Amino acid sequence: MYDIAIVGAGVTGAMTARALSKYNLKIALLEKCNDVAMGATKANSGIVHAGFDAAEGSLMAKMNVKGCAMMPETTKKLNVPYKNNGSLVVAFSQEEDEHLKSLLARGKANGVPELKILSKEELLKLEPNLSNEATSALYAPTAGIVCPYELTIAAAECAVSNGVEFIRNCEVKAVNTDAEKITLETTQGAIEAKYVINAAGVFSDDLARMAGDDTISITARKGEYFMLDRSVGDTVKHTIFQCPSKMGKGILVSPTVDGNLIVGPTAEDIDDKSNVATTNSGLNDVRKYAVKSVPSVNTRNAITSFTGLRAHAAAHEFIIGISEKNSRLINAAGIESPGLTSAPAIAEYIEDIVKRIFPDATVKADYDDTRKAPVRFRHMTDEERAELIKKNSAYGRIICRCETITEGEIIDAIKAPAGARDVDGVKRRTRAGMGRCQGGFCGSKVVEILARELGCSINEITKFGGNSNILFDKTK
Amino acid sequence: MKKDMTCVACPLGCQITVEIENDEVTAVTGNTCKRGDAYARTEVTNPVRSIHSTVKINGGEHPVVPCKTSGPIPKGAIFDVMKEINNVTVDAPVKIGQVFIENVCGTGVDIVATNNDNGK
Amino acid sequence: MINYDLVVVGGGPAGMAAALKAKECGVEKIVILERAETLGGILEQCIHTGFGLHYFGEELSGPEYAARFIDLVKETDIDVKINTMVLSVNDDKVVTAVNTVDGLIQIQAKAVILAMGCRERPRGALQIAGTRASGIMTAGTAQKYVNIDGYMPGKKVVILGSGDIGLIMARRMTLEGAEVKVVCELMPFSGGLTRNIVQCLDDFGIPLRLSTTVIETHGKERLEGVTIAQVDNKLQPIPGTEEYIECDTLMLSVGLIPENELTKQAGIELDRITNGAVVNEMRETEVEGIFACGNVLQVHDLVDYVTLESQIAGEGAARYILGKNTDEKVYINTTPENGVRYIVPQKVNIKSKEDVKLYFRVGAIYKNKKLTVEVDGNILSSKKKVKLAPGEMENVVIPASVLATLNKNSTIKVRVED
Repeated sequence: MYDIAIVGAGVTGAMTARALSKYNLKIALLEKCNDVAMGATKANSGIVHAGFDAAEGSLMAKMNVKGCAMMPETTKKLNVPYKNNGSLVVAFSQEEDEHLKSLLARGKANGVPELKILSKEELLKLEPNLSNEATSALYAPTAGIVCPYELTIAAAECAVSNGVEFIRNCEVKAVNTDAEKITLETTQGAIEAKYVINAAGVFSDDLARMAGDDTISITARKGEYFMLDRSVGDTVKHTIFQCPSKMGKGILVSPTVDGNLIVGPTAEDIDDKSNVATTNSGLNDVRKYAVKSVPSVNTRNAITSFTGLRAHAAAHEFIIGISEKNSRLINAAGIESPGLTSAPAIAEYIEDIVKRIFPDATVKADYDDTRKAPVRFRHMTDEERAELIKKNSAYGRIICRCETITEGEIIDAIKAPAGARDVDGVKRRTRAGMGRCQGGFCGSKVVEILARELGCSINEITKFGGNSNILFDKTK
Repeated sequence: MKKDMTCVACPLGCQITVEIENDEVTAVTGNTCKRGDAYARTEVTNPVRSIHSTVKINGGEHPVVPCKTSGPIPKGAIFDVMKEINNVTVDAPVKIGQVFIENVCGTGVDIVATNNDNGK
Repeated sequence: MINYDLVVVGGGPAGMAAALKAKECGVEKIVILERAETLGGILEQCIHTGFGLHYFGEELSGPEYAARFIDLVKETDIDVKINTMVLSVNDDKVVTAVNTVDGLIQIQAKAVILAMGCRERPRGALQIAGTRASGIMTAGTAQKYVNIDGYMPGKKVVILGSGDIGLIMARRMTLEGAEVKVVCELMPFSGGLTRNIVQCLDDFGIPLRLSTTVIETHGKERLEGVTIAQVDNKLQPIPGTEEYIECDTLMLSVGLIPENELTKQAGIELDRITNGAVVNEMRETEVEGIFACGNVLQVHDLVDYVTLESQIAGEGAARYILGKNTDEKVYINTTPENGVRYIVPQKVNIKSKEDVKLYFRVGAIYKNKKLTVEVDGNILSSKKKVKLAPGEMENVVIPASVLATLNKNSTIKVRVED
């Protein structure tokens, strides 16, 4: 029996697993997909929000501001790229100028440091590619960017290295609670735990309901994005938000930590919580509204488009704490934006709850809250590369030519704790297949390496688990 | 009976119409050269094609090795020939031109290797 | 640092032909750097026939065509490094590469020939809406799975794009037992060879839908279907023409792009239309001693022309290395006009003692037009053409005798006219 089973290996579940792996507790991290970071975490803007959006006094506001402050050190410890690029909310009318003032006031009340309003001149000096129609902007120097799935992968690796058991393809079908324990009936069999942490993202209401808690209602809110090529990655330096309006939060334009430009998202509530299809109308909206703030954005430079789902709670507030209906259930639900930013703070918040539940839990002597930096051949000097290949010749075989990813890095990604099991998992960990050719050349080689390292035939390899097989039977 | 086709004798791709009466070609129209006329007549009387595929190989560098028909076969025999190709397994090493199947399906044409495979 | 007279980047048909020609012209130390496990490049997976009709007068498969050159390379003392990826080429002609045997290597070359080939346009840039299901791949990737790895990448297939690889794969998949439902082509004409449309589609009753594209993909894990729609003359989908087609595989054959990342790194100017380097009649780029040939220079439809072009580059590199290049050089630009999209070479040395062949493509299908070459305002030639198509590369010859009459302000123009 586990002391704690965490359901959901998104950024919340993985960061929580890492925080709890400090203690001498038996912990399982359950994930219904074939990899970590497969839900809301996989596809979002990757923004570390400063914290002026959330309502004053809300848990969301507290977690946001604290998470934003924790992010530089967290990402440093986990060796995840993070950039403190600052954000700008751009106004285009007198009405919006006024709105910025209320955002500034709310930000100050939330404890966001260094916020200030920029005049049009100051703004265009800072970001010359912005629309000349802009009238003013709210500047938040503490905002940043991070890759959401890299952060999650690193946190899960760290957690597993510290003894957390990661169980993939493990979907919870039913929950039974008795006096001693909570039993999860899953696609990997029955799993018993003293406590369950519900970090199931858009499905967290379903999980709570199975455990007898019907107080949570989560709506999947769809957001569509374009990712543009690195050649236009420096169009803006800051994350450019539009003023929230009745039409929604507006379309953001932001550099990513990998040097691309991200444009989106739309906002549409949908019924099907697994529908991550992009739509022509959604993508057209992104195209249409992005140019309002940055006229030169051209989606002809897109290298891909994608859809993410936010786990929107009716009250637009994080629901974190022991369930009122089931004392063995700890909810971490309704974690939508700024959930990524808040993740380190949420993990700490849940850690406090767990410490109260297990007052005698001791800290592991060998606990290590860091993750070693993965080898990144493309960022090395020629001297470093030569040394590396001498040690392990697998780093001398380039598999992904667009991103210069070696076989050694792909093997590392597969062998890592909570490592890659499918093509997309390799792609997220190494960038193999993320470049110009989108896996045209290296896709089949990645399939071969996965099959070899996992000891299966190449037609068993999937794109992202389930029935997403790439190949059918042998031709002969 | 009339039969329409696109000529492949050259890149021009003329749209040719062949008129046939009692299994005899009575007229060829739409072609712009003699080669087109000849192509059209063959196409309606005895169309032929070359095909290519792979055969299974034991101990090869890859699981399959490519092959082709050594000459054109009747168009109607394509899928029968494919069946024969799919039934063959060869052993490495294999040399270009090596005959995998002689006189496949009685066509008088062989199935031959189109790549070398020196084995693992 | 290792020294070579000539480094050839890429061991496909272009690199091999260029290296062999340079050897023949007397260059001593040559090395071919090839990223794959074997020489031959993409020809290794092109197991269909139709290669070599012009060059060998025989109809060969891709591997057979490649093997003839591989055998010739083996007979020479040209060094070959396989599994070797070139990371950079600089304008001092220092080539940095890696492999598992030598590790990181740096080669100082007297001349470099770029022959990296091209890649397929991926789906992302196409912005098709829908899911991220598996089963969406380029035709070339599918070709490798079927022809080299021996696995079926799909059973019910829709192909977007009627380029030659797409057409060839329609037949390959059909022969291996798959059902190819339709080939959709965005343009009102196919970019593929007529022969391939007839023998790969018509023969098997596979419909080719022109002015039609895929607008959406369906299926959460493996692809389950696509929505296709007709497009108007601005290539925009026409509402009301949508049609759902059940399939497990979408193959993309929507064009090829020369792979010029190394070229760009070396600071070499590219042609906006070809996406390849700007070259002179010897296929020498704007950086002296660096040459380019084959699909990295311009996407060809026939490998035979790749071979011929690469032999020119090989000879050019040899002359450069051996110092036989000392004659005076006066370059003028070649100008594509009215219907002609580009011309390779973009520059011609009017002091050249040999005839110069200009290769080019037209931008649309033309019927019963004239292909006119104008030199210094005078019509050099005007040839009647029953048909001109973007899928077929054309060429015209500028005789050395004409070049000899030109000066630095002269013009060479090629155009389509009535």
